[in-house]
Amino acid sequence: MTRHTLSVLVENKPGVLARVSGLFSRRGFNIESLAVGPTEHPDVSRMTIVVAVEDLPLEQVTKQLNKLVNVLKIVEMDTSVSVQRELMLVKVRADPSVRSQVLETVTLFRAKVVDVAPDAVTIEATGTRDKLDALIRMLEPFGIRELVQSGMVALGRGSRSITDRSLRAVDRSA
Amino acid sequence: MTREITGAQSLVHSLEAVGADVVFGIPGGAILPAYDPLYDSTRVRHILVRHEQGAGHAAEGYAQATGRVGVCMATSGPGATNLVTPIADAYMDSVPMVAITGQVASAAIGTDAFQEADICGITLPITKHNFLVQSVDDIPRTIAEAFHLAGTGRPGPVLVDLPKDILQSVTSVLPHEIWPPTLDLPGYRPITRPHNKQVREAARLISASRRPVLYIGGGVLRARAAAELRTLAEMTGIPVVTTLMARGAFPDSHPQHLGMPGMHGSVAAVTALQKADLLITLGARFDDRVTGRLASFAPKAAIIHADIDPAEIGKNRTADVPIVGDCREVINELIAALAAESRPDLEGWWRTLDGWRRTYPLGYESPADGSLAPQHVIERLGRISGPETIFAAGVGQHQMWAAQFISYENPYTWLNSGGAGTMGFAVPAAMGAKVGRPDATVWAIDGDGCFQMTNQELATCALEGIPIKVAIINNGSLGMVRQWQTLFYDKRYSNTELGTHPASPRTGVKRVPDFVRLAEALGCVGLRCDSAAEVDATIEKAMAIDDAPVVVDFVVHPDAMVWPMVAAGASNDDIRVARDLAPDFDYSGDAEVNL
Repeated sequence: MTRHTLSVLVENKPGVLARVSGLFSRRGFNIESLAVGPTEHPDVSRMTIVVAVEDLPLEQVTKQLNKLVNVLKIVEMDTSVSVQRELMLVKVRADPSVRSQVLETVTLFRAKVVDVAPDAVTIEATGTRDKLDALIRMLEPFGIRELVQSGMVALGRGSRSITDRSLRAVDRSA
Repeated sequence: MTREITGAQSLVHSLEAVGADVVFGIPGGAILPAYDPLYDSTRVRHILVRHEQGAGHAAEGYAQATGRVGVCMATSGPGATNLVTPIADAYMDSVPMVAITGQVASAAIGTDAFQEADICGITLPITKHNFLVQSVDDIPRTIAEAFHLAGTGRPGPVLVDLPKDILQSVTSVLPHEIWPPTLDLPGYRPITRPHNKQVREAARLISASRRPVLYIGGGVLRARAAAELRTLAEMTGIPVVTTLMARGAFPDSHPQHLGMPGMHGSVAAVTALQKADLLITLGARFDDRVTGRLASFAPKAAIIHADIDPAEIGKNRTADVPIVGDCREVINELIAALAAESRPDLEGWWRTLDGWRRTYPLGYESPADGSLAPQHVIERLGRISGPETIFAAGVGQHQMWAAQFISYENPYTWLNSGGAGTMGFAVPAAMGAKVGRPDATVWAIDGDGCFQMTNQELATCALEGIPIKVAIINNGSLGMVRQWQTLFYDKRYSNTELGTHPASPRTGVKRVPDFVRLAEALGCVGLRCDSAAEVDATIEKAMAIDDAPVVVDFVVHPDAMVWPMVAAGASNDDIRVARDLAPDFDYSGDAEVNL
């Protein structure tokens, strides 16, 4: 199975997330990660969906997604021509005896400490999946107390925008 | 001073403005405000049904018979959930339908209020789209959008959920003043016009083919392209098969028609697809009931696949020439493109096809004990009632026989539940069809099992002056299930005996229910026929009654089976014309085509 990243522009309306996620589960696809948020246009939200799926079923799910009335546009984000990032917050055991080692790891990964307690630090890190996985591996020996990750967000490289035309359509109908 | 109306008035005025002339429904708490202005409307006729499922199927029958969007209405909670089956049915068969449901007041949504159900959530996977209206001002636009979505592109059901407080609050947006409202559907852009290059490529393949078949699905009917299809077929001389959803799209009497393909299709139609070198697929979707085992379906055929829904193309079978577009536009473009191409030489193909047709015609045996053959009843119904008659079927053996043994000469004369296979479809669908086409004779061909699911709508028919006719093909059992038990479960008839025959072997009880007396109790004329000699006279008697619904209990032989048959999951190459009887596929007649 290949991992695919889909950027989906949707109308910012109630229930749209359920429509999109329901379509994936109905057809037996497991969503690896999903991030939803506002865009430069108040009436448009952008979802970034990561799925592990073969090409042929992916084409079918993309076509089905396109049929959802609230979906404006779908673009597959190729890793080679897009910037892909995830955000991670991780709480690591760090009593004074190991704290400096933990902080060294943080510096190495260009992450930052956002909260400190006597026996733990909370680290914020952004990056690709691989970088975050590597950071987790490095922090595991100290003891990970809690970990949370955002879904992946992605944007195509270069000056082109996938939103231009879709946003015009929304403006026209508004 | 600006005039103000209630949300309920806005709804009714919007229905009037959009041209909905009939609504099938039942009132209840949450939808009650809408029924008050509906009471005054002279342009929207509300037909009070006996079960919401009946409202939904009636809307489907109305839509399929007329081509207009059918409308059904129900209250919140159980009213709305009773619409789920017809909504799913309309979704599977691409029937344009708008379902309007009441919802508990906005403030009560999510509190498990009395008669609350999340009908938008429930119908998410079975509607083309649905709306929960959140502002009274949005009602006209939402109704306009719902009808637009239901009726354009690939048609389908759209649900509009209206909280009670929205119906009761007031608005200064007057539907009649703003109609048509501006639609806000930026993500909805159905493609109707086919791509030129693809059409030219299709024309080239058609012209070069030696064993082509026009594989016609329900999309041709939805696109109202029967006349165009005939032109295309006749100019090319290509044989035509019409799926269960497309019966009537091409006249059965036409010499180029090979019949219905699929699990219970004719040998000629099934085998033509198997041996074809080119399938010109128009508005069909390679359903498993047509293809049999997909991997061995039409193994030598190149595929031209035209459909208005891009998601259908390549879903089950890869298309060599994909064409996204409305079938009528596609066919017209094909006709134009083919003018520049030479006609394919099909002489050898036709000799082969005619050989199959001659050797394996549709047929049946009359029972040796003198009891009634169900196929005979259905054949005579078709003959006597004539080609203008609309037939609506339930689901099962009677449905297949009705698809096989009635000659459909006109589009929109065959209504059935193809994709969902909803038992109980026939009576309410026939009611809806008769409302939409009051001048047409409408027969429901139903089974004794199906009929017991929705026959209460005969009360509606009797009281509302909707004189449909119902032929119950009464074999005393759930016939199609019983047929599978005969063939695949060693004749162990687990829970298929219904007791509707004169003497039930299991219970010894006679005729429960007695359909003639049931019909009379529901305000209909009840007739019974149990011998071949009386069939014609009984049908004629039913035909002569035009001021009341008629129900005929045709008591038929319990062991009749539907043939030919391709067993579920088997290859279409393994079609059986009767039990254990395979056609001789090596038969070549005087064929010159090397298969």
